[in-house]
Amino acid sequence: MLTTLILLPAAAAVLCFFIRQAPLRRALLVSAAACHAGLTLSFWFRPPDDAWRGALRLDAIGQPFLSILSGLFLVAAVYAVGYLRRESPGPREDFLEGFRFTNAPEAVFTGCLLFFLSTMTLVMLSENMGLLWIAVEATTLSSAPLIYFHRHHRSLEATWKYLLICSVGIGLALLGNFFLAVAASSSHGASTPLSIHLLCERAPELNAPWLKAAFIFLLVGYGTKMGLAPLHTWLPDAHSEAPSVVSALLSGALLNCAFVGILRIFQICAAAGLAPYAQGFFILFGLASIALAAAFLLAQRDYKRLLAYSSVEHMGILALGLGIGGTAAFGAMLHAVNHSFTKAMLFLLAGNILAAYRTKSVHEVRGVLRRIPVTGALWLAGLFAITGSPPFGTFVSELLILRGALEHGRFLLAALYLALLSVIFVGMAATMARMAHGEAPPAPAGAPDALEAKLSIGPPLALGLAVLLLGVYLPPSVDAVLRRAAEALGAG
Amino acid sequence: MNPATLLPAALSVLLAPLFLGVINRTKAVFAGRAGRPLLQTYIDLAKLARKGAVYSRTTTWVFRLAPITALAAGLVALLLLPLGGFPAPISFPGDFVLLILVLGTSRFLTVIGALDTGSSFEGMGASREASVSALAEPVLFLCLAVAARESGQSTLSGIVGGLTGADWQRAGPALVLLATSLLAILLAENSRIPVDDPNTHLELTMIHEVMVLDHGGPDLALILSGAALKLWILAALLVGLILPGRSGSPWLDSLLFSAGMLVLGVVIGIVESTIARLRLNRVPQFLVGAGAFAVMALALIMR
Amino acid sequence: MHSLLDTLMVLLVFTNLRILGLSRINASIRTVAAQGVLLGLVALVANADHLTGRILLIAVAGIALKGIVFPVLLFRALRAVKIRREVEPFVGYIPSVLAGVAAFLVSLWVAARLPLPGRPPSDLIVPAALSTLFVGLLVIVSRKKALSQTLGYLVFENGVYAFGVGVAYEAPALVEMGILLDVFVAVFVMGIIVFHIAREFDSIDTTRLATLKE
Repeated sequence: MLTTLILLPAAAAVLCFFIRQAPLRRALLVSAAACHAGLTLSFWFRPPDDAWRGALRLDAIGQPFLSILSGLFLVAAVYAVGYLRRESPGPREDFLEGFRFTNAPEAVFTGCLLFFLSTMTLVMLSENMGLLWIAVEATTLSSAPLIYFHRHHRSLEATWKYLLICSVGIGLALLGNFFLAVAASSSHGASTPLSIHLLCERAPELNAPWLKAAFIFLLVGYGTKMGLAPLHTWLPDAHSEAPSVVSALLSGALLNCAFVGILRIFQICAAAGLAPYAQGFFILFGLASIALAAAFLLAQRDYKRLLAYSSVEHMGILALGLGIGGTAAFGAMLHAVNHSFTKAMLFLLAGNILAAYRTKSVHEVRGVLRRIPVTGALWLAGLFAITGSPPFGTFVSELLILRGALEHGRFLLAALYLALLSVIFVGMAATMARMAHGEAPPAPAGAPDALEAKLSIGPPLALGLAVLLLGVYLPPSVDAVLRRAAEALGAG
Repeated sequence: MNPATLLPAALSVLLAPLFLGVINRTKAVFAGRAGRPLLQTYIDLAKLARKGAVYSRTTTWVFRLAPITALAAGLVALLLLPLGGFPAPISFPGDFVLLILVLGTSRFLTVIGALDTGSSFEGMGASREASVSALAEPVLFLCLAVAARESGQSTLSGIVGGLTGADWQRAGPALVLLATSLLAILLAENSRIPVDDPNTHLELTMIHEVMVLDHGGPDLALILSGAALKLWILAALLVGLILPGRSGSPWLDSLLFSAGMLVLGVVIGIVESTIARLRLNRVPQFLVGAGAFAVMALALIMR
Repeated sequence: MHSLLDTLMVLLVFTNLRILGLSRINASIRTVAAQGVLLGLVALVANADHLTGRILLIAVAGIALKGIVFPVLLFRALRAVKIRREVEPFVGYIPSVLAGVAAFLVSLWVAARLPLPGRPPSDLIVPAALSTLFVGLLVIVSRKKALSQTLGYLVFENGVYAFGVGVAYEAPALVEMGILLDVFVAVFVMGIIVFHIAREFDSIDTTRLATLKE
């Protein structure tokens, strides 16, 4: 079952490279995504067995994140079909600078999307730190061509930065894995394989200085991919230059993959009694990310970069929640779900806005509510969702984190957290609301007539409804899964 | 002081020009030429001694004094150095600092002698020499400090004799780094390739040769022997540090030492024949690289 | 074997300093190739007591990939972009060499606080590996040509690999194969990107990749 989950998208990816007709390819994309989602849903009712001699396992932490990934990818795949139909082949003119460029072949795009799904699934299911690492590296390599879809110098710059920075991060994570192996080798003479549950069992015997060093390197390494400040510098460029559907997947799924890597090492550290040591770092990086995101959000002129910095902020909130522990850890898990769906929705909407207005500048986009009503309404809803306003799910999760901070007596932390969130609310609201209201400028020449194609509205709408639902009513099964995940972390 | 202890020093003064001859002969062999005779330097010195000297009207007593005082400083440095199996005539704790000081004095005297001429060529050579030595001297100091640390002694005689085979076993890589660094300094201080080409006749590319352009006759003979002596001193230091320990019999040690000097002469000749001379702005990089080796050797020994 | 391994580690640090001080890119590529061969030898020497087929394979694969395949790929890229030298980097050559020495000293200090459990084959493995890592990062950050940045990344990976083969001899083979795969594909993909950059900008000067800011 688990093997199928990984191999199915991979096989579909290989097929994509050979299929010539575009509609058939797109149908393959959506059906592979649907099968993946269906399988994942079935795991909620019937837990699957381990595969690959225990190297693949769906455990308490993997389940919620896998479900997020699966659902998100299905929605994104449906949107992608509409996107690919819009992006007809042939040279086109750049919005910003007016030169002509081409896109990558659609087969490459579709195939890489499916490989991306496959590798991310592998991350969620890995029970072995080494396998996890290989999977995260594979996600970097399979997503790079996706960022370089529009073949021009800006996206080349973004892809180069992404590849270099994330590869360095992965290299540091590998060193962290080596340190972990050294920490594990001191007991019994024979070494413990880097299996997560074995390491947790034998955690008290692990060599503490090496475990601490391993934690630091893994945090920095996977933190680079997660977008924690100050290692986030690839994030804004990659998100703004990649196609919107890719940005949605990067923010909604890839950052979670890196977070899972960090969660695994935290699991091990917590089992070894080093939770306070680790949590100190989480709080540090978390606050730094939120603060830095706040600073850069205020003067942002490109709405996709705005959303990217918002992702940095939310990753900081996740780290902060993990660092506080207890209720806040549960809040962080809930927040991961809410943020993924909200951010993905916003990026898909940004794609619609870009297609309609042909500009990425926040000053030039006005009157979204008039020109493309449903997108505009969802955009405003998304603004409230991403800044943590009721009745959306993000309000609940951010409140839980705040409550966790107060329960643990960290009043200064709570005050800082609230202050920064307010700053971000003001910054984003000013920008995004101004985009939605006002008079729409005349449609640029060549804008497509059918602006509100169902494919570009349905997916964001579905995501928005999901976030609303989670804010109003948290289904008990979802609650139970998230609670199990928080408990597995063993945070105090 | 027992006159017999001065014997190795006296022999060194006699043999230093021969060392130059060995280097030149190696270079000639590499280039496939017949080359100069081994004793050519002696012949040059004798020829120069017979000539008369011409002094420019722009020079003063400083210019006249420079050659002889530079040679004198070199001789004093020689007295501090243990040669072969024999300890140095003058030896006290920390004498390696005095060695560097005296070598520096000798260079200082040459430089002011060059500046005294008021000619732009000599001035250029003097400034280049000063900048090279500004980088080379600290590195030389570091090298000697590393050797002192490793052998646990503070006199030159002790240091040179103190590096035994056991030291090489234990800290082999560090000592190799030390030797490489010292070789680089030797090449830099004595104006050999890759820092300076002793055979060039283009003044703008020279460092040392252009400094002594205006000296002639006996003065030039003194300068030449001073340069040969400085080369001998640094070479003796290097060979002394590399050859492990004392075997007890001073004659065996001297034999080993002479063999070592011969090998070093050949090595310098090979280095000069195979490497191209560095561009002038790369010379600081070369010296910083030598310094990096010395620092690394120190770090490796001290951990 | 103690001092042979020490010598190899010192040679490794020497190659790092050489890369920091060189401006000729083809000489840098050759030095990185030499590093790869060195690391293969380290894999053999460090595990000489318990030499298994797997270690032999890793060593041979390391020498082949890092010593031959990657340099060939990089030379091809070099020919395609037609450059010979690096322009003056953000951190000059002399400060770079000094920084490399400083990195080595810092690594010695860090290694003193992280004693290896059991009987390690050499005391210098951790410092040499860490300093190679820092040097790689320094090259990535301070060089302007994309090809030099790729070289920096290779040096960085060499540092991680040095630690792996020198110390984590009990780690599962998965990880070691993983790193070789990782570097191979990364360099391959980076090579492709370098071609694209050269084509787009007519140069691989990454200071031109400066449009995306803030």
